[in-house]
Amino acid sequence: MSETPKNTSKIEIRALRKSFGSNEVLKNINLDVAKGGVVALIGPSGSGKSTLLRCINLLVVPDGGSVRVGDTRFAFGDGAKLPEVKTLANFRAGTGMVFQHFNLFPHMTTLQNVMEGPVTVRRMAKADAEKLARTQLAKVGLAEKADQYPATLSGGQKQRVAIARALAMEPDVMLFDEATSALDPELVGEVLNVIQQLASEGMTMVIVTHEIAFAREVADRLIFMRDGVVVEEGPARQVIDNPKESATRAFLSHFHRTGALPPANTTT
Amino acid sequence: MYQWDFGILWSYRWLFLNGLGVTVGFTIVIVLLGLVFGLLGAFGSLSRFKALRLLALTFIEAFRCTPILVQLIWFYYALPILAGVEMTPITASALALSLYGGSFYSEIIRGGIISIDKGQSEAGAALGMTPGQSMRRIVLPQAIKRMIPALMNQSIIQFKNTSLVSVLAVPDLVYQSQVAAHDSYRPLETYTAVAVAYAAILIPLTIIVRRGEKRLAVSE
Repeated sequence: MSETPKNTSKIEIRALRKSFGSNEVLKNINLDVAKGGVVALIGPSGSGKSTLLRCINLLVVPDGGSVRVGDTRFAFGDGAKLPEVKTLANFRAGTGMVFQHFNLFPHMTTLQNVMEGPVTVRRMAKADAEKLARTQLAKVGLAEKADQYPATLSGGQKQRVAIARALAMEPDVMLFDEATSALDPELVGEVLNVIQQLASEGMTMVIVTHEIAFAREVADRLIFMRDGVVVEEGPARQVIDNPKESATRAFLSHFHRTGALPPANTTT
Repeated sequence: MYQWDFGILWSYRWLFLNGLGVTVGFTIVIVLLGLVFGLLGAFGSLSRFKALRLLALTFIEAFRCTPILVQLIWFYYALPILAGVEMTPITASALALSLYGGSFYSEIIRGGIISIDKGQSEAGAALGMTPGQSMRRIVLPQAIKRMIPALMNQSIIQFKNTSLVSVLAVPDLVYQSQVAAHDSYRPLETYTAVAVAYAAILIPLTIIVRRGEKRLAVSE
């Protein structure tokens, strides 16, 4: 870990490599995300996009290359020491992540879920954490669900709680790992709306998604990955409307690329 | 036809009560100590360090795969020769029984921990928790709920296992009843009464465990 001077990009990935056994899932990946930028990562399953996302907050530890978020940089590979448990935890506290399967804590109420990070990690006083958590829940339109347990919520509501939980850490960047893939189609819109709202507030985000129309609408850059490499990268609309690479064209042909976002039912 | 006469046992009531007290007290000690060994064994077997995993595994298998009666005798007669420390029968049997119970508790606790979805600890890590924090705050509270029925079951077995300490002359219920049986020449009445005493304590306990299991099934 080392301090680097202020840079225009919030996230900087260089020469990133990762293998699981003999399977090389990331081959020399470079990625920059500007402050306030929204990058959508698309690609077929097994392309490495989720692994790349998980390397950004080091939930997956890369084999080589470097990862920088804000002023904190880690280098991996030859001779580089693996970061210590405490260092890693500190680093992750500044990056929020939202998972495909929500991963809410089932033994805690919605409010307790959102308070957990501030109380346990940031050592915030309970009363302050509760105020913060209620604000975040209100932001995702779920203030009235504060005392319910996750099991009583719909998928879309669960995912919005998960977003509130991540936001309660007041992160510099937000990472979304197929946040709408496990949702019933009619619940996708309410989650995408929250993400869109975050984008308009200037949150730096990396979004792994299959919602091409959404990516076109919300992301300013789009990265298409296949087999562990970046095949094509550019402004989201340009790549989606006029893909240069044949692999990108082939992948995008499976989707409706334009059109309105799915309607939001419950977000207010 | 045998003429039952349970009335004769009344004169031994203090002996029985004494023995029962030792049995219950002994169970409490070996369950608590056993849980400590069980936690150590479980965390050891889940450790990132291979040496710790190996150590925990050796402990678990050594005590799980040898008979408790052999362990009791070994701890009292063999260990003092090897280690050069004299142990009272009570210390030796408390140690053997808690380690034996601990090896089973280890497996129950380990199983409970790994039954919790990996996404839970990942979510904890993503919030910035250390592995220790996510274990304490996220994984264990969920895992313990799943472990409780099995832990209770194993503790019931431990209660019955204390009857074996009589071979080392620890004055538990079985040992005292042997004394009473020899003295009264009434082994049938004596051992029947002892069996009833064990059952009278354990049957209510098993009912509580079963209720707990049902409640758990509802809340899951």
